[in-house]
Amino acid sequence: MAERTPATRRTLWFVLTLVFAFLYIPIAVLVALSFNEGGLPTAWSGFSLKWYASLAGNSAILSAALNTLIVALVSTAIATLLGTLLAIGVEMRRHYGKGLEALIFAPMIIPDIVLAIALLSFFSMLNLTMGLHTIILAHVVFNLAFVCSVVRARLKSFDWSIVEASADLGASALTTFRRVTLPVIAPAVIAGALLAFTLSVDEFIIAFFTAGAGRASTTLPMQIYAMIRFGITPEINALATIVMAVSITALTLSQRLNRGIIGQ
Amino acid sequence: MAPALVWLTALMVVPCALVLALAFFRRGIYGGIDYTFTFENFGLVFDPLYAGIFLNSARIAGTATLIAVVVGYAAAYAIAAAPRRWQPIFLFFAVLPFWSNYLIRTYAWIVLLNREGLITQLLRWFGYTGEPPSMLYTEGAVIAGLVYNYLPFVILACYAPLSRLNPELAEASRDLGASAATTFRRVILPLTVPGIAAGAVFVFVLSIGNFVTPALLGGGRFQMIGNLVYDQFLTANDWPFGAALAMALIAIMLLVLMAQALAANRAAGRAAEAKGDADG
Repeated sequence: MAERTPATRRTLWFVLTLVFAFLYIPIAVLVALSFNEGGLPTAWSGFSLKWYASLAGNSAILSAALNTLIVALVSTAIATLLGTLLAIGVEMRRHYGKGLEALIFAPMIIPDIVLAIALLSFFSMLNLTMGLHTIILAHVVFNLAFVCSVVRARLKSFDWSIVEASADLGASALTTFRRVTLPVIAPAVIAGALLAFTLSVDEFIIAFFTAGAGRASTTLPMQIYAMIRFGITPEINALATIVMAVSITALTLSQRLNRGIIGQ
Repeated sequence: MAPALVWLTALMVVPCALVLALAFFRRGIYGGIDYTFTFENFGLVFDPLYAGIFLNSARIAGTATLIAVVVGYAAAYAIAAAPRRWQPIFLFFAVLPFWSNYLIRTYAWIVLLNREGLITQLLRWFGYTGEPPSMLYTEGAVIAGLVYNYLPFVILACYAPLSRLNPELAEASRDLGASAATTFRRVILPLTVPGIAAGAVFVFVLSIGNFVTPALLGGGRFQMIGNLVYDQFLTANDWPFGAALAMALIAIMLLVLMAQALAANRAAGRAAEAKGDADG
């Protein structure tokens, strides 16, 4: 950009400082409080890991964490497979209709609450018993759209003639996929999977509506929501810190693997 | 690609079509669904009581969008003006909070705003002795929460066109005698409209359908469309009306998306014109 006066540059740095303070101070306060012996925001009473220790002894939180892990792992695995195949299918034919494009894009923009009630109506109309399996079915819907979009971005610069060359040289479709296509898109596939995993771990609304009655299929975000609404305990700060650390690690890895994925 | 398309059709298209159909039925006496065709639910959406909630939601979402766009644009501008090698790092850290848990980011604001929260403590530390201010459970708290949660996306959306801006255009404007303010208003701003529009649509659509933030930071006092849909399905048990509300939400979303496409098209036209002028 053009030359700037020192005053303009100071203003720009000031804006950046303010915005980053706004974005990070609330998070930093939570993290700091999770190590506060007294647990209250009113006073710092010394460094302590006791809230982390008390999390480890909270069976409701542990079972919710296990449920979240199951949902996230299974839905990520299915979504990665289906989303990658979808991306290859769409990019290979090049000429695709607007309807197809909208179908793939829709899960990313449809309001969560709408998809949530739609799936609740659908599952109850089918008289399906709801539980972790219905959350997984639901999470695959948006996860596969995100995986597909990450993999498609990678395929935009893919030279399809090497696939033809591989076929001409006598390789089967499967061998071509395994030896030619997959190595090229692998970083995007892994990045997409990490993104899907994070989205699933953090997703609350759809899980809340498709989990069915009873506590057996409570996921971690559902547990956190209940804890915030009905009696805040300092344990939440410790739990929040762990959950944020997991998402941020997964996202940072994903970003390193596939530069620019966060920009999508 | 077939399995993925089957999945999306069975678990998104069909359920959404079902909701659309549901909106045309009547609520059963015992809360079930009475399968007689009616437009009543859509009429109810425009009932003054519910129309008020729609207007309320639109005002809250609109205010959050305006603040997020102004702050986000300023931040994106500052990032685009930073040294090249720093830009990706700034951008990454601006977007990072967006990918952490939404509930946790909202909860952080309860910690800041509640009566014995951090802001009250800070005020006391500076010598304030009066009653703690009530900040939580206000419309302002809901707006703050929405801005906080969606700001990263606005920064991202505005950064894209700002970083691609041809610096020669601004220079040319300055050489021709335009002030910095005029250059910004007549050259930079019009060329970055697509980013602003994309960011604004995102914040508005997600805010107006939100139910977590009004529930947690508004303390249930500020009903928004999302809360209304939630209530119809989980407490009032009037699914047909809830379905009609959800369809109204989708209609608003489509309208906003169309407006965005229009703004982006016009901006593309202007960009082509600017390029033509520069080349000619």
